[in-house]
Amino acid sequence: MLSLIVQRLLIGVVTVFAVSLIIFICTQWLPGDAAEIRLGQSATEANKAALRAELGLDKPLAVQYMNWATNFLQGDLGKSLAGDRSISESIGDRYQSTVTVSVLTAAIGIPLSLFLGIMAAMFPSTLYDRILTFVSVSLVAVPDFFTATLMVLIFVFAWDAVFGFQLANVVVIGNTQDMGVFELVGHYALPIATLCFVIASQVIRMTRAAVLNVMSSPYIEMAILKGVPRKRIILRHALLNAIGPIVNVIALNLAYLVSGVVVIEVYFAYNGLATFMVQGVQQRDFILVQSIGMLFCATYVILMLIADIASIVSNPRLRHPK
Amino acid sequence: MKNLIQTGLNRRHFLQASAATGVAASLAGGKSAMAAPKKGGVMRMGKAHGQTSDSLDPGHSENGFTIALLFGIHGYLTEVGTDGSLQPGLAESWEASADATSWTFKLRKGVTYHSGKSFGADDVIASINHHRGEASTSAAKPIVASVVEMTADDPHTVTFKLDGGNADFPFVLSDYHLSICPVKDGKLDWQSGDGCGPYKLREFNPGVAAYFDRADNYWKPDAAYFDAIEMLALVDLNARTTALVSGEVDAIDRLDLKTVGLLARKPGINVHSVAGTQHFTFAMSCKTAPYDDVNVRLALKYGLNRQELVDKILFGYGAVGNDHPIGQGQRYFNKDLPQREYDPDKAKFHLKKAGLETLKVDLSAADAAFGGAVDAAVLFQNSAKECGIDLTPVREPNDGYWADVWMKKPFTAVYWSGRPVEDQMFATAYKTGVDWNDTFWSNARFDELLVQARAELNEDTRRAMYYEMQEILHNDGGVIVPMFASYVFATADKVVHGDFGSNWDLDGERWMERWSFA
Repeated sequence: MLSLIVQRLLIGVVTVFAVSLIIFICTQWLPGDAAEIRLGQSATEANKAALRAELGLDKPLAVQYMNWATNFLQGDLGKSLAGDRSISESIGDRYQSTVTVSVLTAAIGIPLSLFLGIMAAMFPSTLYDRILTFVSVSLVAVPDFFTATLMVLIFVFAWDAVFGFQLANVVVIGNTQDMGVFELVGHYALPIATLCFVIASQVIRMTRAAVLNVMSSPYIEMAILKGVPRKRIILRHALLNAIGPIVNVIALNLAYLVSGVVVIEVYFAYNGLATFMVQGVQQRDFILVQSIGMLFCATYVILMLIADIASIVSNPRLRHPK
Repeated sequence: MKNLIQTGLNRRHFLQASAATGVAASLAGGKSAMAAPKKGGVMRMGKAHGQTSDSLDPGHSENGFTIALLFGIHGYLTEVGTDGSLQPGLAESWEASADATSWTFKLRKGVTYHSGKSFGADDVIASINHHRGEASTSAAKPIVASVVEMTADDPHTVTFKLDGGNADFPFVLSDYHLSICPVKDGKLDWQSGDGCGPYKLREFNPGVAAYFDRADNYWKPDAAYFDAIEMLALVDLNARTTALVSGEVDAIDRLDLKTVGLLARKPGINVHSVAGTQHFTFAMSCKTAPYDDVNVRLALKYGLNRQELVDKILFGYGAVGNDHPIGQGQRYFNKDLPQREYDPDKAKFHLKKAGLETLKVDLSAADAAFGGAVDAAVLFQNSAKECGIDLTPVREPNDGYWADVWMKKPFTAVYWSGRPVEDQMFATAYKTGVDWNDTFWSNARFDELLVQARAELNEDTRRAMYYEMQEILHNDGGVIVPMFASYVFATADKVVHGDFGSNWDLDGERWMERWSFA
């Protein structure tokens, strides 16, 4: 088990560095450079040359990459090419809001959707199951900005019209340092609600399918014939075997919450890492793009590692690779 | 002999000054916006700009967020008033030598920075030097390039020596890049955000928000009414609009022109449209056939229905252009020049004069040039058809439009934010051989007038010269200026304001010190 984890971690490190090289090469392909974008249309050639020298963009590409890599290994993320702040400082703020939103979303959304999914598997083909399937398939199908718009319409404007006050903030900006968990949930209510719907739809469908799949296997049939109550069959016998695929979907969704919620971030105007990454690309700030890229990549590697360990723990057969 | 330019009280200043003493209450009457503004409240502004690369360096400021921020925290030697006239700022008065090559500014005494440091001539010299010299990365480098030498005659007097006469030099100093920052330990300190403007910077998070508190030691007596300001970067149009509608911010800029009618119907929200200097053009390269023939250029100028473009591309929030880059609100806008109208007969006449029966041209456009540029090109195609001109709109990629299409293809759609100073606009884009002369146009008389007018201190002579220059461009230039776009922004009911400045969006981006709450 331990050797497996070490092996996975080593592969993860190699992956992270391969990704950093790919990101570096790709950012170099983009037209223009940080100096050009930063100075805008009004810059003269002399302006740009001065800024390039200041940022070290006049050095050969290999040198630029090695400089970045050595600094990164020493824990120094460097200074943004596009602004004057240090990367670790500016990522810090964003990381905080991204982590806050994803942790709260996961804490609320995942237990809820597991519960709903298991319930659907317990009572397949009932009215409850049909409604849940209909809603979750619809939510998977519609884009997230549409769900977000619905949330705003319901909880802000319709709520205001009926009850005379707004239930949530449309624009999620402001200092969150002194807030407790409940205040944070209130502050980020709309993005959290939207993201809950987005991930819940997938987790519910996966949980239902995985549990039902196991339910059709012979050993469950045996349990049924033995007269074990259905609740006990699902919770004790079926769920443990179904955990592998469910955990994988949860891990992918968690990684999505960290790295892929650009649209939701822009829609509610809060500043998370995903938007920051997009801005970094627009500004040709390869140092920033790379640092965030590493962060995303590490998130994926760690979450997938956890998912693998969870499936191995829940399923002893996986402990002995053929 | 020295020519003293005295800047006296204008109407707005009179009202502001007297409002505080209570005299104006009866005079101002009626118009609520003019009543004595109340102090207090936290202003929340949603800005369409703001990116992580924004910095406090005045030389790197280039968007609406940083312009408002700089105007909020810093003082300037001169300021542009709401009526477009030049007002004294940190400089109380100024004088020019007879040839306008030397300018002496008397600085305001007793002004202190937010940190308590007192303001003096050293700060001015260091602040301007920040944009000069080989190593400067400032975007304002070209506009102070004419400064040869600066001397502090005493702690409250600075003399600028220029390499040529420039009657607009005090106007140049009102540029948002040229903020006056304090000198600390012999070095210019822009990093700390200390300034002598109306508001103290409390927190600045680039691309997210900036927070300000009123500076108690601001020298202007009747300005800066809000206790505090929150300026948020709400770049997404939808987020910005929803924030205003749901009451989470008190004002926003850059409205969606397609839906602005719906927004204006909403009670409690006021939509404002201010004609500015921002204009859209179609640039013809005068060094490339067939545009090297002035008759071809005139045929195309007559072949465009300007009002249709204003109605359909700007949804009415703009004004028709007259083939020169000076806006109606500017000091030397040529009022005597007849407006060029859509006229197929005249277009055909000029085509014939050029020896052509029909004309086939390609117009390169992309939405990067200006929002709706491709649609505008299609409208141009339709109106030009009547005139025997076969114009084909070519949709170019947005990415790299400015690098690969603009000034590379012979006929392109272009966007200009305009300049409050006529001389700057002409010198930037229409003087022979300058970097951004995107029409590659050259006119000896125009170049001669440009230099003469710059050094001319007599208003009337100067006006005559600028009028002539606009006329030359109108008749001979390679630029078609179909329209000037207005600044369109919205405020909540409780926001009180006077007449809006038109040199920038949002009341010349001086809303922080000019607006207040009811």
